[in-house]
Amino acid sequence: MKRLFAAAAMSALLAGGVAATETTLLNVSYDPTRELWRDINANFTRLYEKQTGIKVTIKQSHGGSSTQARAVIDGLDADVVTLASYLDDDAISKTGLMRADWIDRFPNRSLPYTSTVVFVVRKGNPKGITDWPDLVKPGVEVITPNPKTSGNGYLSFFAAWGSVIVRGGSRQDAIDFVTRLYKQVPVLDSGARGATTTFVQKRIGDVHLAWENEAHLEVREAKGDLEIVNPPISILAEPHVAVVDENVDRRKTREIAEAYLTYTYSDEAQEIFARHFYRPNNEAVLKKYLGTVFGDIQRFPITAIARDFPDAHKQFIGEGGVFDTIYKPKGQ
Amino acid sequence: MAGVNRQVLPGFSLTLGYTLFYLGILVLLPIAACFIKAASLSFDQFWGAVWTERARAAYLLTFGAAFVAAIANLLLGLLLAWVLVRYSFPGKKLVDSLVDLPLALPTAVAGLVYAGLYVENGWLGQYLVPLGIQGAYSRLGIVLVLIFVGLPFVVRTVQPILEDLDPELEEASASLGATRLQTFRDVILPTLYPALITGFALAFSRGVGEYGSVVFISGNMPYKTEIAPILIVARLEEFAYGEATAIAVVLLVISFSMLLLINLLERRSMRHER
Repeated sequence: MKRLFAAAAMSALLAGGVAATETTLLNVSYDPTRELWRDINANFTRLYEKQTGIKVTIKQSHGGSSTQARAVIDGLDADVVTLASYLDDDAISKTGLMRADWIDRFPNRSLPYTSTVVFVVRKGNPKGITDWPDLVKPGVEVITPNPKTSGNGYLSFFAAWGSVIVRGGSRQDAIDFVTRLYKQVPVLDSGARGATTTFVQKRIGDVHLAWENEAHLEVREAKGDLEIVNPPISILAEPHVAVVDENVDRRKTREIAEAYLTYTYSDEAQEIFARHFYRPNNEAVLKKYLGTVFGDIQRFPITAIARDFPDAHKQFIGEGGVFDTIYKPKGQ
Repeated sequence: MAGVNRQVLPGFSLTLGYTLFYLGILVLLPIAACFIKAASLSFDQFWGAVWTERARAAYLLTFGAAFVAAIANLLLGLLLAWVLVRYSFPGKKLVDSLVDLPLALPTAVAGLVYAGLYVENGWLGQYLVPLGIQGAYSRLGIVLVLIFVGLPFVVRTVQPILEDLDPELEEASASLGATRLQTFRDVILPTLYPALITGFALAFSRGVGEYGSVVFISGNMPYKTEIAPILIVARLEEFAYGEATAIAVVLLVISFSMLLLINLLERRSMRHER
């Protein structure tokens, strides 16, 4: 009901925007990207007006990634979606709102930036955590959100699983590892923000498995109380961008929407991604920040552990998947 | 048609029509949508979604915690209402307004604050955790926040009845030789039963539906502190709308049956009064 309301309110807003002479775009994104897109939008609108004389206003909407995807499916008039995971884009595409080839529309499989999962530990790294196997040492408490309800949660799970598989471990080794790992998670927060609160404010746990960009913000806010540990290996997180075909065709905004997403690949925008701690697609820009901002992490793609993201989610997280067996009471 | 107008009070059909329309749009329509969505599943799919071991543990916790919290609110609420009606003290108006605060506060805030208080280094947790009392990330924590969010209901249903209670009844009871306990138990309490039951039902239903505060204090551990609404969110995350609404339907049916039962109890207690 709340979503319907939001959609109705949003369409009313947009209708107002169209009536005036300037054009509006709605970028539906996930939670932590608010500041990132604000910077990119300001630069893009300035550039676009200079080049074409058209004044664009870009509205942003943020929330949990899959909640946002459901809002778009239920009728939120997004021109572009910049969500956290292929799973969410795929769900939108399956309803027909986006054509099946959406992923090939922009360079690098529609990935202007990527990210990964890193560790955040307490000052001085008292538990000596440097790699995945350290997480299951006795007495180490791990904070990561519930993989069933959070994108950060399932990415952490995939990273943990892959850390075993990519290094040559068997499926059974991986099951053993994640089982031990989740036994050392004292609280399964429902979302990434909740997990951060648990780790930072309530001071529970020794290590927090976080998105790289969030880890940087967390450490900066903590003013010396926390540090980042880059594991040697982790998952390649792929937050795709896409134009919502049906919406841009109806609203006649395709040209601007495509120009907007193309702009995210420009050197200027790539720099903005890096400054917000997202790994830019452009190698030259990435290189400038590698070693200083971004640690040297071997990032394996999802295809190293499953066919694709939906397959991984189904096998590991979905109903009856590996994650469900971890918590099954003994003797069942 | 003409017969309808013989009612003493005017506007019956108009108000009835309005009431039905209003209830239909606000309550029945969304619930019907829920049932229709769930009906898109085959019986096996439906059963597989709603009757797993993990789901059963979650229902038990959801209804159990709501029930315990409602019982606590019954006692606490009666006490609070009693104090607010029968005694006068400085700051009474303030206390009276505080009672409604849980309704106004976003419940997620309540959950976060409660969890912060009861964790090991929290204001209360630093004394309670060494004693073995885990107020955060435990079932106790869930009950605590449900008591918080359900607090106003019993107070607000009992308060007006107590205010209307004729003190002469108690004087009569005392002059006939009843002890103070007897007066309370046999004279005052029976008149309060319907209000107490209503307050209990409201607090209980509020507890069953509560999500925001619970997810922040429960820790969401499967089989231990995972409430049923979490399962709904988990299924939505898989874009499994049908399965998610199936769980919602089960919650609705159980809640509705319990509310119906409570309503019947209330009827009976009212008949007893007469």
